[in-house]
Amino acid sequence: MLSKRLIACLDVRNGCVVKGIQFEGLRNAGDPAALARRYNVEGIDELVILDVTATLESRQALADTIRAVSRELFIPLAVGGGIRAPEDAEAAIDAGADKVSVNSAALTDPSLITRLAGRYGSQAVVVAIDAKRRDGTFAVFSRSGSTAAGRQAVEWAREAEARGAGEILLTSMDRDGTRAGFDCELTAAVSTAVSIPVIASGGAGTFEHFLDVFTTGRADAALAASVFHYSEHAVSELKAFLAERSIPVRRTA
Amino acid sequence: MIALIDYGAGNLTSVRKGFAAAGADVVTPSSPTDLASVTGIVVPGVGHFASTRALDGPWRQAILEALNRGAFLFGICLGQQWLFEGSDEEPDLAGLGVLRGRCRRLPPTLKVPHVGWNALEMRRPSRLLAGVPPGTQAYFTHSYAADVTDDTVAVTTHAAPFASVVERAQVFGVQFHPEKSGEAGVQMIRNFVAVCSPNA
Repeated sequence: MLSKRLIACLDVRNGCVVKGIQFEGLRNAGDPAALARRYNVEGIDELVILDVTATLESRQALADTIRAVSRELFIPLAVGGGIRAPEDAEAAIDAGADKVSVNSAALTDPSLITRLAGRYGSQAVVVAIDAKRRDGTFAVFSRSGSTAAGRQAVEWAREAEARGAGEILLTSMDRDGTRAGFDCELTAAVSTAVSIPVIASGGAGTFEHFLDVFTTGRADAALAASVFHYSEHAVSELKAFLAERSIPVRRTA
Repeated sequence: MIALIDYGAGNLTSVRKGFAAAGADVVTPSSPTDLASVTGIVVPGVGHFASTRALDGPWRQAILEALNRGAFLFGICLGQQWLFEGSDEEPDLAGLGVLRGRCRRLPPTLKVPHVGWNALEMRRPSRLLAGVPPGTQAYFTHSYAADVTDDTVAVTTHAAPFASVVERAQVFGVQFHPEKSGEAGVQMIRNFVAVCSPNA
């Protein structure tokens, strides 16, 4: 049976992880490669490296980070943040990324999805959707959530799939950073509307939140950052918790 | 020497890194004639079966000739599908045909594409799976898959069972991405490298 995936997100700026990393005994806490190694040992299923600044200087550091992580870790690696043009995707993939995540640039020019899928295959193209509840709907926002895109999450996810997206990374802006749980209603609405996998993001705080999003939320994968920093064994403990509740997960020795 | 065929379908960087981790350098031949002296050939690939059209003609001929003189062949994902007679994804295009059977679209009862980690159910002993425990999970991303036949050494189920690992004489194939399947995947690559080693 296909496992539900747990994906760790590493927010990086100029080659350093920026969200609070509290692992004891990790010598260089800000080193994304060191953190990625730690997650890999714990049994994380996939990694997302998100360049939160996406400046020119940051780009070069990002490529170095991708190279360092992909040289020694043999799990899928997605890269997002500032992928605006095919050249940005090419740089990330050449450095060792398996997937690129596009957000604002795809909203501005949806044909970017098709061009990237045509060149690298749909499996390499993740469309990230930032959605917020507004007037009883799930409205899409772009530019890190600052601009209403004038689209609805379900409709945009369907269009992204039709244009060649391989996965949807769906972030609830209402829940992001709250640790109040994933928006299961939003996730289920999108997940049941498309055939491609939906990765739920935003709001993870407890193990129960993951259980909820994999059942009620119909998510295929769940992404989190800070919740995995709670304890050294958060990933393996979460997998044990989910397995005991009949959620199929990948267990590593 | 092991050759990694670049026919424009997919990211070779990851596959090359997987082989490097298994202790083998692979070369990317620029011409089919470069296959004359290799002991192993890797056909990677992601995407649509139509991409394998680039392997028709001289590449197909050179790969078959290499097999005839004893070289080993390893198809990964789309590369495995190409080992069969053909795929419903591009019905008019023939595969290499060194394995009997066809590739078909996965049933729509579950989400397609099949993306993520799923278990390998071993059917019989295999050189490629040496040291890989039964039930090991591997990373898949595909919509089509090959029939289960006598050449199937491991089966994976997504709505229906399909051939996730195949092996027949010098021909090996996996539907998943060993270069993205953790330590177990690297072990499989190591096993292929060992098979290709003249002193093995």
